[in-house]
Amino acid sequence: MINFDNVSKTFGEGDHRTAAVDDLTIEIPTGKITVFVGPSGCGKTTSLRMINRMIEPTSGTVLIDGVDTRSIDAPTLRRGIGYVIQNAGLFPHRTVLDNIATVPVLQGQSRRSARATAAELLERVGLPESMGQRYPAQLSGGQQQRVGVARALAADPPVMLMDEPFSAVDPVVRAQLQDEFTRLQAELGKTIVFVTHDIDEAVKLGDGIAVLAIGGRLAQYATPAEVLSHPADDFVADFVGRDRGYRALSFTAAGQLPVHEEPTLRLGSSPARGPAPSSAPVGEPYWVLVVDDARQPRGWVDARRLTSGRGVELGDLVLGGSLADPHASLRTALDAALSSPSGRGVAIDADGRVIGTVAARDVLRAIEAARVNAPHSPGQGTSPGAGAREGEADPAAAAVPS
Amino acid sequence: MNWNWLNRNTDQILSWLLAHLWLAALPTLLGLLLALPLGAIAFRYRWSYAALITVAGLLYTIPSIALFVVLPGILGTRILNPLNVVVALTLFTLALLVRVVADALDSVPPPVRQSATAMGYRPIRSLLTVQLPLAIPVIGAGLRVAAVSNVSLVSVAALLGVPQLGQLFLVGFQLDFYTPIIAGIVLCLLVAAVFDTIILVAVRLATPWTRAVSHR
Ligand SMILES: Nc1ncnc2c1ncn2[C@@H]1O[C@H](COP(=O)(O)OP(=O)(O)O)[C@@H](O)[C@H]1O
Ligand SMILES: [Mg+2]
Repeated sequence: MINFDNVSKTFGEGDHRTAAVDDLTIEIPTGKITVFVGPSGCGKTTSLRMINRMIEPTSGTVLIDGVDTRSIDAPTLRRGIGYVIQNAGLFPHRTVLDNIATVPVLQGQSRRSARATAAELLERVGLPESMGQRYPAQLSGGQQQRVGVARALAADPPVMLMDEPFSAVDPVVRAQLQDEFTRLQAELGKTIVFVTHDIDEAVKLGDGIAVLAIGGRLAQYATPAEVLSHPADDFVADFVGRDRGYRALSFTAAGQLPVHEEPTLRLGSSPARGPAPSSAPVGEPYWVLVVDDARQPRGWVDARRLTSGRGVELGDLVLGGSLADPHASLRTALDAALSSPSGRGVAIDADGRVIGTVAARDVLRAIEAARVNAPHSPGQGTSPGAGAREGEADPAAAAVPS
Repeated sequence: MNWNWLNRNTDQILSWLLAHLWLAALPTLLGLLLALPLGAIAFRYRWSYAALITVAGLLYTIPSIALFVVLPGILGTRILNPLNVVVALTLFTLALLVRVVADALDSVPPPVRQSATAMGYRPIRSLLTVQLPLAIPVIGAGLRVAAVSNVSLVSVAALLGVPQLGQLFLVGFQLDFYTPIIAGIVLCLLVAAVFDTIILVAVRLATPWTRAVSHR
């Protein structure tokens, strides 16, 4: 657990005084990802660096597990806290392995054993061992960032500080790094403080989000769902952006959506009773869901276009959009319905087999129900709130219409 | 070009060449060794930067011949003592390199410096094992300038009678005879080229990462 107690930081003096952080009091829970998010210059980096004493507070105290960080020798403190800097900040003159081995070597481990650990870590962050002998300049931005994460993990610190670690890479690589990071954290359970200016990233990765406003004021500290659904003030609402309502659906489980039975057609087979039933409206496509032998969805076919007696081939298929896992969020369910050519979202079970379809109107009904049942707490405070955190542990709870 | 004269004086010329080599090399090395800590101080403490750079600049404007003449009085050495040359050129090298070292350390990208701090490096260790290695290419470039200028400055000491290749120029002027002058110029160029090459190779060997090509 990390505590900021009335921490302020001002830079400069007299007319040049800037308040980078203003009276910050916040409790960062152990084993979770807490995101500091806010526009550029709002004091995110400054706050982060006051944890490992790269910056000393002007006033107030930072405690790690109840211990005042000022009572610990700064370099010793830092060796026990992983740090991932923007653009990785790797040492250009050291090989990838030696970069990763940095902290263990500083802690007195032999270079040999530190390198052995480094090689294992390389694999852990998804890089081939052969990359260990290269210099950072020989790596892509995304690869460098992975090495940066491996370096921060090398001494297995309980706390990790990450300053916009994925901002400098392209969106595709960023999404990939975020997913892998989430997976890694699920295994490691570190106490992570993550800084970003990107609210989407904050919402995606954070267990708790601290929204900072210019001048270093803590505007809201809550769960991502709470920040999206109940922004504490105009600043947060504005920062979170226009489609926050839609994005908030990510946090509402789709558990209770009715799944409708959907007739399917096996790939390679032909419709038993002709291409389309006579009851279907003439002139409109008649969409039939096509599955493979494992009952996994392959796409939709317009039965009117099928010639009688011929089997359905891959080439006939219109690929349907995303899939709805009934345990996933309303956002996924809505997206599945909207992106499907038939207007019916394909629902699958844990093994990816078709269990039926969900309809957009049902999703909308569920949204209405969830809205009525949502808690309207004031969403500001020094911790994301015990109630909200419990809700998160059981994602379905928020969506069950009582 | 009088080859006979050269043949007759080969031994003398070789001994001047040897003297020239160490009179230029030693101050270059000593100057570098002194410039490293002083440059590091200038880099680390901003207030000392201006002071050190100003002193170094002033030192550099002193004509070398003046320093050669004044030093015996200060050091208590005889005017012919090669030590005067070594001390004078060490000071010139130092004056040139303090700024080079300070600026080279400053050229290390801040994120690299910050990540060394964040990893838990103490300042001295970070300086020696992170910043200094990364500053080698810039320091090496400055060192090449210092070494080559030392080779030419050593010749000036011939006016005081300190034996080295500069003697060839004196002999040439006194006898109004071009052979020793041309030989002196060629040998000085050769010495400068050798120093330059040695430094270049040393910098290359010390900075393998700068040549690592992209495998991407
Ligand atoms: N070393 C410094 N000296 C003076 N002002 C600084 C310094 N570091 C940060 N600041 C100022 O403090 C404010 C917060 O900076 P920072 O924490 O880097 O913001 P963020 O990381 O959110 O972009 C900014 O106004 C910035 O200009
Ligand atoms: Mg920042």
